[in-house]
Amino acid sequence: MRISRDTVLYIAKLARLRLADGEVERMRSDLDAVLGYVESLQKLDTTGVPPTTHVLDIATPKRPDEIARVLPVSEVVRNAPEHTESAMVVPKVLE
Amino acid sequence: MNDVWKAGLAQLALHVESGDVSCREIVSAALERISRLDGKIGAFLRLRPEAALAEAAAADTARKSGKARSRLHGLPVAVKDIFASRDFETTCGSRILAGFRAPYDATVLERLREAGLVIVGSTNMDEFAMGSSTENSALGKTRNPWDVARVPGGSSGGSSAAVAARFVPAALGTDTGGSIRQPAALCGVTGIKPTYGRVSRYGLVAFASSLDQIGPLTRSCADAALMLGVIAGHDPRDATSYPEPAPNFVAGLTGDVSGLRIGLPRGFFDGEGLDRDTMKRVREALETLQGLGAKTVDVDLPNSAHGIATYYLICTAEASSNLSRYDGVKYGFRARAESLEDMYENTRSEGFGAEVKRRILLGTYVLSAGYYDAYYRKAQQVRTLIRRDFERAFESCDVIATPTTPGPAWKVGELVDDPLAMYLADVYTVTANLAGLPGLSLPAGFTSAGLPVGLQLIGRPLDEVGVLRAGDAFQRHTDFHERVPPAVSP
Repeated sequence: MRISRDTVLYIAKLARLRLADGEVERMRSDLDAVLGYVESLQKLDTTGVPPTTHVLDIATPKRPDEIARVLPVSEVVRNAPEHTESAMVVPKVLE
Repeated sequence: MNDVWKAGLAQLALHVESGDVSCREIVSAALERISRLDGKIGAFLRLRPEAALAEAAAADTARKSGKARSRLHGLPVAVKDIFASRDFETTCGSRILAGFRAPYDATVLERLREAGLVIVGSTNMDEFAMGSSTENSALGKTRNPWDVARVPGGSSGGSSAAVAARFVPAALGTDTGGSIRQPAALCGVTGIKPTYGRVSRYGLVAFASSLDQIGPLTRSCADAALMLGVIAGHDPRDATSYPEPAPNFVAGLTGDVSGLRIGLPRGFFDGEGLDRDTMKRVREALETLQGLGAKTVDVDLPNSAHGIATYYLICTAEASSNLSRYDGVKYGFRARAESLEDMYENTRSEGFGAEVKRRILLGTYVLSAGYYDAYYRKAQQVRTLIRRDFERAFESCDVIATPTTPGPAWKVGELVDDPLAMYLADVYTVTANLAGLPGLSLPAGFTSAGLPVGLQLIGRPLDEVGVLRAGDAFQRHTDFHERVPPAVSP
């Protein structure tokens, strides 16, 4: 067993996911199978091999620091499940 | 003009130009087929019939006064449910984005509009593009037009089914590990994933940002070239966008493949689990290309055997990070809760489907303290080895040919309980994403059961023209891409 029930619960907490009791074992065995499959990579010698992050040889572009038109706040908050004219509303964080 | 629904983009453009048919008639015929036949296919999630007809009528008026925006002005297309759009909801096949209407348009949608294409609706997909069968959609199942008991492939299954069923001549999809090419193969249509960076990802809902690319699904390579011409090119709003202008893809389709060197990776044609009919059709397709003057050479891609493992580490890591934005605060679905913490957890637990959760968990695990080097960094290094294999192979060949998939479309429900088996459906496609290369899938024939088989052609970086030219030459001498699934004919 590569991954335990407790580890699944721990990473679920990190990922802000709550798993139902029945889901935990299912996820554990699925993740276990995938982690078993990807273990083959460990046998490859990658000493000194640089990681690939972008596949084309292009530098991160820079743009001039200019004032540009952005979306009005009312447009941006419009999709929030709860909002005012200028803010997104969430459950109370501080008493 | 008869049988307007059978025609591809290039043909339709000619007919509209000669006055045989109006754009309104074409769009109207598309909508009629969708309303009559999509009940058994399930390709579309949303339609905009009134707006589409109005845009088509406006295109007819513009064309009459010599103001056509492009040769494709007024022709219908569909888009995967994954692009930010001010005009309609974007939900990525997920419950968690229910009701989301973006305040801006994705670059690809802007470009479709600038060319005057008429978006008739958005198509079904695996939730957040995670899947190979479109069964992971929270919004319904899509069926394969060649056999409605089978899956269309995925994740762009709605787009590929819509093109295969002749609802629209073209559709946009996205491809992170094969999500354009695999459903194209399973549905018998043409699909190309361009070079990473060729098409702007601005406004594309992110899955795995270093792998995601947008591309067209069409009836032919000639039509794919037309669509790429519309959507490709630099966009300053996407920092990974390739800064040089895109070439004229259509002009590159000369029909000439004499002297073309096609690389055949050793072991790719006799692999375990490769369907016999699929292998035969792919070999026959290569013989056809040889008959047209192409040569085959053996090449080695030894690290491709690690493609799936590498892919699932990278894509889940990036997905776990990208999908952290869905928390019920900014858009979409919010579960009821008393505290903020509970709101996050409830929203994500109720809003995401099982496969998305599985990948978020795997990605969180491989990025978590103590595992980053062993998994994510290791995978990024193997990715370099895979790229180097391709660089070496392209010293002795111009394009690389493989089957697109190990076998034809499977039955609905057959693999839903075996995620790893489902992942292996992408075994031939993921390496082009990992190496950032253009990959094309085109119809190569049918199995004895009448299911489509796809031939994949992978090209050098930025050489979409190379793979399209070879595919187009093949299609000038074959008619697999013109066959219509009986279930939707006429």
